[in-house]
Amino acid sequence: MENWPLLSLITFLPLFGVLAIMVLRGPAEDVARNARWIALWTSLADFLLSIVIWARFDPTTSDFQFVEQAQWLPQFHIAYQMGIDGISLFFVMLSAFLTPICVIASWTSVKVRVKEYMIAFLVLETLMIGMFCALDFFVFYMFFEGVLIPMFLIIGVWGGPRRVYAAFKFFLYTLLGSVLMLLAIITIYFQVGSTDIVTALNFNFPPELQKWLWLAFFASFAVKVPMWPVHTWLPDAHVEAPTAGSVILAGVLLKMGGYGFLRFSLPMFPDASAYFTPLVYTLSAVAVIYTSLVALVQQDMKKLIAYSSVAHMGIVTIGIFTVTAEGLQGAMIQMLSHGVVSAALFLCVGVVYDRLHTREIARYGGVVHNMPKYALCFMVFMLASIGLPGTSGFVGEFLSLLGAFRVNTWVAFFATTGMILGAAYTLYLYRRVVFGVITHDDVRAMLDLNWREIVVFVPMIAVVMWMGIYPDSFLKPIQPTIRNLIENVQAARETGRRLALNVTALPNPFPRGAGLATRLETVGGEQP
Amino acid sequence: MTHVALPDFMAALPEIFLAASSLALLILGVFQGDKAAREIAWLAVAALIVAFALVASPLHAHGPARQVSLYGLFVVDGFGAFSKMLVLIGSALTLILAMRYNEREGIARPEYAVLVLLATAGMMMMISSNDLISLYVSLELQSLALYVVAAFHRDDLRSTEAGLKYFVLGALASGMLLYGASMVYGFAGTTSFDMLAHNFADGGTVSIGLVIGIVLIAVGLAFKVSAVPFHMWTPDVYEGAPTPVTAFFSVAPKIAAMALFIRVMVGPFGGLLSEWRQVIWFISVASMLLGAFAAINQTNIKRLMAYSSIGNVGYALIGLAAGSAAGVRGILVYLAIYLFMNVGAFAVILCMRRDGKPLEGISDLAGLSRTQPGLALALAIFMFSLAGIPPLAGFFGKLYVFIAAIDAQLYGLAVIGVLASVVGAFYYLRIVKLMYFDEPAGAFDRPIGREIQAVLVVSALLILFFFAWPGPLVDGADAVAAALFTG
Repeated sequence: MENWPLLSLITFLPLFGVLAIMVLRGPAEDVARNARWIALWTSLADFLLSIVIWARFDPTTSDFQFVEQAQWLPQFHIAYQMGIDGISLFFVMLSAFLTPICVIASWTSVKVRVKEYMIAFLVLETLMIGMFCALDFFVFYMFFEGVLIPMFLIIGVWGGPRRVYAAFKFFLYTLLGSVLMLLAIITIYFQVGSTDIVTALNFNFPPELQKWLWLAFFASFAVKVPMWPVHTWLPDAHVEAPTAGSVILAGVLLKMGGYGFLRFSLPMFPDASAYFTPLVYTLSAVAVIYTSLVALVQQDMKKLIAYSSVAHMGIVTIGIFTVTAEGLQGAMIQMLSHGVVSAALFLCVGVVYDRLHTREIARYGGVVHNMPKYALCFMVFMLASIGLPGTSGFVGEFLSLLGAFRVNTWVAFFATTGMILGAAYTLYLYRRVVFGVITHDDVRAMLDLNWREIVVFVPMIAVVMWMGIYPDSFLKPIQPTIRNLIENVQAARETGRRLALNVTALPNPFPRGAGLATRLETVGGEQP
Repeated sequence: MTHVALPDFMAALPEIFLAASSLALLILGVFQGDKAAREIAWLAVAALIVAFALVASPLHAHGPARQVSLYGLFVVDGFGAFSKMLVLIGSALTLILAMRYNEREGIARPEYAVLVLLATAGMMMMISSNDLISLYVSLELQSLALYVVAAFHRDDLRSTEAGLKYFVLGALASGMLLYGASMVYGFAGTTSFDMLAHNFADGGTVSIGLVIGIVLIAVGLAFKVSAVPFHMWTPDVYEGAPTPVTAFFSVAPKIAAMALFIRVMVGPFGGLLSEWRQVIWFISVASMLLGAFAAINQTNIKRLMAYSSIGNVGYALIGLAAGSAAGVRGILVYLAIYLFMNVGAFAVILCMRRDGKPLEGISDLAGLSRTQPGLALALAIFMFSLAGIPPLAGFFGKLYVFIAAIDAQLYGLAVIGVLASVVGAFYYLRIVKLMYFDEPAGAFDRPIGREIQAVLVVSALLILFFFAWPGPLVDGADAVAAALFTG
């Protein structure tokens, strides 16, 4: 297994499942059942593969690992390149972890066009994992954009009553941001001379150009994250998407934005990132406070969690742009934690939705009396979402806020206020749904979690606790990469500042009469 | 006694072969009558395949070297060969698509195949023209055949109206082109592309009359590629003409006219790039925007495809505005991919029949994924590809023209282009939405026909898996585009 192309394997393995499902023939009932099983086994195999990758990942280096290369368009210096470092490793794992959960979660709730549904999810898994592994801009972009097709279909075909509106909004918003990034990628291609991401990461872009490129990338990632005020597609998409669609949206697709900031915006455009940091802080702080307040008044459970996602991702973007070790690690853990926790919360909503077919909070109440197991699971994820110590949410938010506090106390202040509001709306939701007296007869008739739902929730609870109690196993592989990233950004900013100083403060670095030797020395000394 | 050397007819062998076979088929048609329409159509396809082989063979034998013959009127080069191959593929595929439709509509006549062959011969001569005179003659050969084909369903009011409309407006455009050509001749003193290129090689000052001449030629060509603001005929003709004719119009003549556009602009007037770039810039932007916005409210799928083709021409023109080898490469890749997307989409449109009657409403596609999942999947692939979503081929088409635009520092054009593509995505997605999200409106007639099925499957697979092996097309386009600029 030494020389196996593990990353290509994990990326394209789900497509074999797709092929297997496509050739299924026979009575609709059998086809649906077989499609479910094939999708489950394929995604489980993929998850096992991701564990293998984690086990073989070397946590001491910041280099890209498992690197693969193949010719694609040699004339244009565009190659198929894959590789992962500490940042991408866990996103790959997250995608591989959530897909089987999605398959199990839709086992009985999806009844129509099961075959197509499973195909869409497996294709989606390929595209997500490929995006996190890609080391070439065009390969990255293809996966990044390709995600839109299956997600559009998932929302539109298996979604709720306003699915068409939500699907179009999701597609067009995201596409609008992405096409600008495509132009930036082409510009980078002409600057660097290839589309190799590693080369571009070590390339010094001129400061003026950096700003434009940063804005173009920002347009794409800000929509994905999503940041206020371009977040409006998210509540719509979440509310209308089927449960598993929401899980993937919240769990992985939002992380693409954060991943993009970490992978591209910060290291490639350090000066522009510094320049635009106040903008990011402002938008994130507004998002944290505003969407938390909006979440407080929601009547729809999914919408509430969707708004809370925007708030949590706001803390992530703050953490990323602090460019401190705490902030970046916190942002990473927060993204992973949110990936599991918000996914689990959507599944919690899905559980009661499957029974009562409504997401209106007022229709529930007193669920704890007849669904104690459900109440327990819901509580764990609810507390993790608030950031209770001992859960994953605490580690992420605490580290992010620590980083923010070191850089800008006001930003930290607003973000912390958002956390308090977060506790308010989450507890309020929990109280209204789970506690109280049962007033509706159909709620009284609801059954507690079945074994299939328990199978879904148990691993998620385990991950949440693991990340909260012993975050080191997650932080360790991330640390070298983050450290290297910060060093590079600071070095680049330092050179940028020095160059600026040379131009403005020292108009004549070579005083008259200085000999050639001194000049050479000066020039030599200027070299970083 | 003077020795008159015969020109090298071998250079024009594919064209001569096509013209001769169209005449032979005409005679055969006259003797056999309408009952032989299908056989003659297949023979015409065979003729197109032979012509394809003839075009392809010297390309491999002599490389993309440039060769001028017929007293300087005719040029053979890699660029021409590449474009001709696309035209031939387009003509052959749409001819195959037409057979069953024409039979069902009762318009299966041998003349159809003959006219398509004649038009194709005209297109190939257009691509190879090296003089304003040969340009005009070949353009008219093509256009006259096309006018007749547009009105081929002669008992149908819409079809005859389309033919007439096309003829009147086409004649106007030809007139403008001819007027422009005469201006150029008057101010430059020659009609030869080589001489013109030589005269303008270093740019310099250009008289206003010459600029007007160039602009008028550009107007005539813009009409032929249906670029805004000379697009008005397109939706009406596309809607009125019989569907296979629309399919044919949307690929072969468009590719030929675009190739001619490139040939004229970067050939004789290449040195005057700064003079005509703004014109192309404008018609490119206008085409992209109009194609995107006007298509949103269409209810007829053929009209929608008309606006889609206007928008697509806008994207291709980005490459021409770049005026570089990268731009021409982008256009060629774009056209090749566009060819298969459009042929595929029209193959699906041709399958839209219920109870023996052809359907053209977009809403008739509702719920197609339930009734005919294969057909719906194919059309969804073409629509996502037309919208330019990776990893489908349409994305690469757009990618290469945008690469050319950024390379030529046409940032504004590129930004408008990508934004228009987002608007355009909306109406392509609307078709996907109808097929996949909505309740079925009823199944289409079956069987759809083996030859249509074959065309459909081949184009869908090409579009879907282009990303895996883009090398041959891109490298080929790159080589011939570079050769066009180095001469």
